[in-house]
Amino acid sequence: MQTRKPRKKSNTLPLLLIASPGIFYLIVNSYLPMFGVFLAFKDFNYFKGIFGSEWNGFENFRFLFRTRDALVMTRNTLAYNAVFIVLGTAAAVLVAVLMFELGKKRRVRLFQSALLLPNLLSWVVIGFIGYAYLNADTGFINKTVYKALGLPAVSWYSTPGPWPFILVLVHLWKVTGLSSVIYMASISGIDKGIFEAAQLDGATKLQQIVRITIPMLKPTIIILTLMAIGRIFYSDFGLFYQVPQNSGRLFDVTQTIDTYVYRGLMERNDVGMSAAAALYQSLVGFLLVLSANALVRKLNPENALF
Amino acid sequence: MNKPYNDIKVFQRVATLVLAFLTVLALLPILLIFIASISDETELIRSGYTYFPAKLSLDSYYYMVKQSGMILRAYGVTVSVAVIGTLASLLFTTALAYPLARKDFRYRNALAFFVFFTMLFNGGVVSSYIMWTRVFGIKNTLVALIVPNYLVTAFNVFLVRNYYTNSIPDALIESAQIDGAGELTIFINIMIPLAVPAIATVSLFTAIIYWNDWVNGLYYITDAKLYGIQNLLIRIMNNIQFLKVSTNVALLGTQKVDLPGTSVRMAMAVIGILPIVIIYPFVQKYFIKGVVMGAVKG
Repeated sequence: MQTRKPRKKSNTLPLLLIASPGIFYLIVNSYLPMFGVFLAFKDFNYFKGIFGSEWNGFENFRFLFRTRDALVMTRNTLAYNAVFIVLGTAAAVLVAVLMFELGKKRRVRLFQSALLLPNLLSWVVIGFIGYAYLNADTGFINKTVYKALGLPAVSWYSTPGPWPFILVLVHLWKVTGLSSVIYMASISGIDKGIFEAAQLDGATKLQQIVRITIPMLKPTIIILTLMAIGRIFYSDFGLFYQVPQNSGRLFDVTQTIDTYVYRGLMERNDVGMSAAAALYQSLVGFLLVLSANALVRKLNPENALF
Repeated sequence: MNKPYNDIKVFQRVATLVLAFLTVLALLPILLIFIASISDETELIRSGYTYFPAKLSLDSYYYMVKQSGMILRAYGVTVSVAVIGTLASLLFTTALAYPLARKDFRYRNALAFFVFFTMLFNGGVVSSYIMWTRVFGIKNTLVALIVPNYLVTAFNVFLVRNYYTNSIPDALIESAQIDGAGELTIFINIMIPLAVPAIATVSLFTAIIYWNDWVNGLYYITDAKLYGIQNLLIRIMNNIQFLKVSTNVALLGTQKVDLPGTSVRMAMAVIGILPIVIIYPFVQKYFIKGVVMGAVKG
């Protein structure tokens, strides 16, 4: 009697079919535009179209990097992100530590809900909120705060000076609640026994935080920071476009690569330059993600993205 | 042992105070637009947006009810986009995640890389824009509000994949196979019902993204009829008179309707966030869970 193992039917085709709508979507939405980067090397003309437009080599890049815009947008993108990483991490860790110390108290839930709420608002609405504070004629700052302090009204949307502070503030307001959730999850993972032992040895709460919680959080902080550095060439379009109300007088301190690309494409109709800036962002961004990941891999292979 | 105990009490009091302060800071800006929306127009012009208006009034809301055509239309657009987008996204995402969770799938790693690579590199908005408008011609269609960017994201795919692999035992799939179930049956009858918690989280994220999205509208919609609520808000911010222009004169008769622009602006913003504020308390739990789930490993 021959015993034959029943041959398993191959599942390759059915599984591929199930995945196919998603695969198709990613090909169209993500992969096709990757091939579209050649537009950066063309003198794009709407009438001649994608393939009809003439090649112009590195001309777009040459023009782009000759302008002051290239410097300004790169500087702004990098500097804002650097400040966001430092202050954002500090704020998130602080909130997480404080919430954790309150344990399972009812009010923790309330605090967390309130701090997360700004994250659920669209940038458009946040732009409206900013307008309620900053509008020159009816804004809360001019009409109430500055009046009470006896200061003259400021035309905020055409005064660049204060904008770095405003944008950092708005960013922290929006994201701190969200990132603190991640750190809180990480703190909850710390072995309770360590805190109990420290307490028996007479360590104060503050000592426990400085000597136990923060050091235990270090891997998470490092990983999240490195991942943020990998994205340091990308900015939050909404923050830099909606909050300053697209005001041209502020471009010097609000223009980032993302807003520049948008304005080039939609407002100045300069497809070539805009495509060059977009490719510059994608390429440098790609290299940064790869290096950040290589670093994470070195520190802690488990946390590497790939 | 008394000392550490006191120390904890003091520390908790300080923590409560600091967090209460931050909570107030988080909520005050949102409160300002609520109060502004129910402030009297002449008072607003005189003393600006304030937390303590001298006179309250619902004029802005009355005005919006009278002009409700455009607002309702925008709401309709946003709700349709959010519902269709979320459902389609769920279908695509859960289906793409399923083969990735099957250890015996031959192209598992290749497919995972294919999905993952979209997180690392992208063609940039310029080539996307040219492709969607020139090749697919989606300008000024509902498709433009639903399809580009958000339908399938690597983040969501991996979130669902991780849920499948961590929470659904392989033995379950194997026993279904022995019973003669095909892949599609396993996916629909086993994987989807068991992955409901992950699906709830992903739908929540996706629905919020669609509700709050204004970028697709900014790029692809110029026809005011297709404005969703966010793009209507942008338009109103640039020109409050936009609400007025569309007024059906015949409908209003000879009665002159003054536009209380200062308060209506803020009332519109309130209308834009109302649904989120209303559902927030109920979905908050899933939201927090999802953030943690996604953060563990992308």
